[in-house]
Amino acid sequence: MISVENLCKTFGKLQVLNGVTEHIEKGEQVVIIGPSGSGKSTFLRCLNLLEIPTSGKIFIEGEEITDPHHDINRLRQKMGMVFQQFNLFPHYSVLGNITLAPMKLKKMKAKDAEDLAMSLLSKVGLTAKANVYPAQLSGGQKQRVAIARALAMGPDIMLFDEPTSALDPEMVGEVLKVMADLARDGMTMVLVTHEMAFAKEVAQRVFFMDGGKILEQGTPEELFNHPQEQRTKDFLERVRDCK
Amino acid sequence: MVFAELYDKIYLSLIYADRWKQLFQGLGVTAEITLGALCVGIVLGVLICLMKISGNKPLQWIADIYLTVIRGTPMVVQLLIMWYFVLVAMDNKVLAAIIAFGINSGAYVAEIIRGGILAVDYGQTEAGRSLGLNYVQNMRYIVLPQAFKNALPPLGNELITLFKETAIVGYIALKDLTRAADTIRSATYSPVALFTAALLYLLVVLILTRLLAIFERRLRASDKR
Repeated sequence: MISVENLCKTFGKLQVLNGVTEHIEKGEQVVIIGPSGSGKSTFLRCLNLLEIPTSGKIFIEGEEITDPHHDINRLRQKMGMVFQQFNLFPHYSVLGNITLAPMKLKKMKAKDAEDLAMSLLSKVGLTAKANVYPAQLSGGQKQRVAIARALAMGPDIMLFDEPTSALDPEMVGEVLKVMADLARDGMTMVLVTHEMAFAKEVAQRVFFMDGGKILEQGTPEELFNHPQEQRTKDFLERVRDCK
Repeated sequence: MVFAELYDKIYLSLIYADRWKQLFQGLGVTAEITLGALCVGIVLGVLICLMKISGNKPLQWIADIYLTVIRGTPMVVQLLIMWYFVLVAMDNKVLAAIIAFGINSGAYVAEIIRGGILAVDYGQTEAGRSLGLNYVQNMRYIVLPQAFKNALPPLGNELITLFKETAIVGYIALKDLTRAADTIRSATYSPVALFTAALLYLLVVLILTRLLAIFERRLRASDKR
């Protein structure tokens, strides 16, 4: 479903991605962990071309999206993205946030789009908030609306960029629950996170990134309990220490 | 004694021969030019602003020349050049003034809108584009509505400046509020008409300020917690 070949990305002189080659299957839930600056967010953002790779190729469902002639807007409709900072549209209500893309891009009728939005809101447990504006929501509620918004286009793949990192601790659970539900439904997910417990529970595979490369990968059991690389061990040790 | 004299002056300047009507007709012309130029200025301003942030070199270059020339020369000179040379075939002075002021205002509006766009968090664009909106759709539905909200206070200032600046249209013999008052002044040798004009300008500015404040508050409704 997602194939990446020798992906490189530099910002000026800084080499952020240093030749990533990887394949992610349909229905797989992949969690990417690693120290800050290791390139995990950049890797994720390259997958829907929010960052343009410096070199290398990315194939999504067989199409090479790094081909300059490829229509990225059409592809992005099939890939939802959830951001650390939520990025809800403050000038639209919750309903407006969710119905915007289906109405403008799929020419869905207002009534149908609202029905869809309400069913997604019930999925994330926020039907009561349909008509309020984002400023009136808590962080956890905002992120759940952002997930519903991304799901409204009926994506095949969901990308999550540290979705719980900007949340108060007591709100992390409600967002993780929505994501766990999605995983259970078989959504293809790529998730950058620091929630190791969640990674263990939900992921089929865990990537450990360091220095712009996927240094090590495996099932959560392999990676968390029997890491091979010294840097993986050091990282996991440090993460455990703070818990 | 003093009051009788004052009354005479007021009578002569405003009531005699229905001179007050000239002032209000003048105010009508002023309003017409201001509103027309505002519309031209906003359309032009958004266009120039989009050219400037487009990343397309020739378009940016055109926008930069326009901004430099318009903001670097006096409005009166632009108006005179417009009327006597550029629009020489046009016989509608009000329309000519609307075009001249619109082109002038567009330069300032462009920079105001650009400031408004830059103030919109880049995450908004990322969210919009990640949903599959293209550049134009993202601008139209996500960025520009928020940019306008940011730009509203300086846009209000621009409207008020524009309104007062139209007082120079007398240069092309247009009878706006200022020119009407000055005509009465020269006929009566009394300052009453000019003071009345000043009062009318002030009154309109106060009303505009009030309306803008209400408009702004309504636009900000969605920000309330």
